[in-house]
Amino acid sequence: MKTLVCESLSKDYGNIRALDDVDLSLEEGKIVGLLGPNGSGKTTLIKLASRLLVPSAGRITICGEEPSEITKAIVSYLPDRNYLPDWMNGRDLLDLYKDFFADFDEDKAVEMMTSLNIDMNMPMKKMSKGTKEKVQLILTMSRHAKLYLLDEPIAGVDPAARDYILRTIISNYDENATVLISTHLIADVENVLDEAVFLKEGRIVLHQGVDELKESTGKSVDEYFREVFRC
Amino acid sequence: MNWKFSDDVPIYLQIIEGIKTDIVSGRYKGSDRLPAVRELAMDAGVNPNTVQRAYAELERQGLVQSERTSGRFVSVDEDKIRELRKDLSNEYIREMYVHLRDLGMDDKDIVDAVKNWEGK
Repeated sequence: MKTLVCESLSKDYGNIRALDDVDLSLEEGKIVGLLGPNGSGKTTLIKLASRLLVPSAGRITICGEEPSEITKAIVSYLPDRNYLPDWMNGRDLLDLYKDFFADFDEDKAVEMMTSLNIDMNMPMKKMSKGTKEKVQLILTMSRHAKLYLLDEPIAGVDPAARDYILRTIISNYDENATVLISTHLIADVENVLDEAVFLKEGRIVLHQGVDELKESTGKSVDEYFREVFRC
Repeated sequence: MNWKFSDDVPIYLQIIEGIKTDIVSGRYKGSDRLPAVRELAMDAGVNPNTVQRAYAELERQGLVQSERTSGRFVSVDEDKIRELRKDLSNEYIREMYVHLRDLGMDDKDIVDAVKNWEGK
């Protein structure tokens, strides 16, 4: 089954075209890397899927539905910035997620936070950057969603935290879900990806299985990316 | 096992080779149980679908058998292990030849060098 489908999808900001006639179709059960340099349209695509933006032209659907409150119930979105009230502590955040999302698995979230020794009484604003990112990822991955949209989940954390974050993603998505990870840190994520999507100036220039890509080019995704996007 | 992957070869092929090496070296014995897909995926830090693909290929080659409820098991006898050892060692020897020919050695030089190697 298709989880995310874009048909001739475009998005303009004034007279700047951020996404240009994008056709994309993602299957369930896949971890997909949305890869492109800064300003290539990664965040725009993710925001269209989470209905923070509406298309200028074309269509985007999630499990057959256009983005709406129906799709928000099955899409778990991790924005690329802190989006939670910073006075909230771990307890408050669990309550917030429980109130908002019927598919939130509180036990799972508590288990992960406990294993990381996160103090449930510490407000977000007192947490380190890495801890904040981990907490937000735990909340996002503790939902039983059909589509996970992770916008730069590993930017700005140390390599050990990256490892933890990637393992959390692998161990928590289920076979019927799709995970879309946007990043420019390709070397760090390529081992966990099924498929790679390259975005360049708002257009998709490649959508291929990572194994096939390595077999046909004899290169890592990271090397191939550097070649395609050489400045 | 401690997994370390090189970047330019598909991971599932590297997992297959890793498991074959473990079988040949005796770390996995006939009828040992393989880790569950998710377990190995977590351990190696790779996608579960990749592990699935590696296991399916090992099954196709008859080295692994899956039992519906209890998991996957190594399925090898002495003959198969010998054959597998030959396959893997041929690959290493081939690589060695490629490198040594690159250094300008002919096949006789290579055989002599192996015989007289001091690191044995």
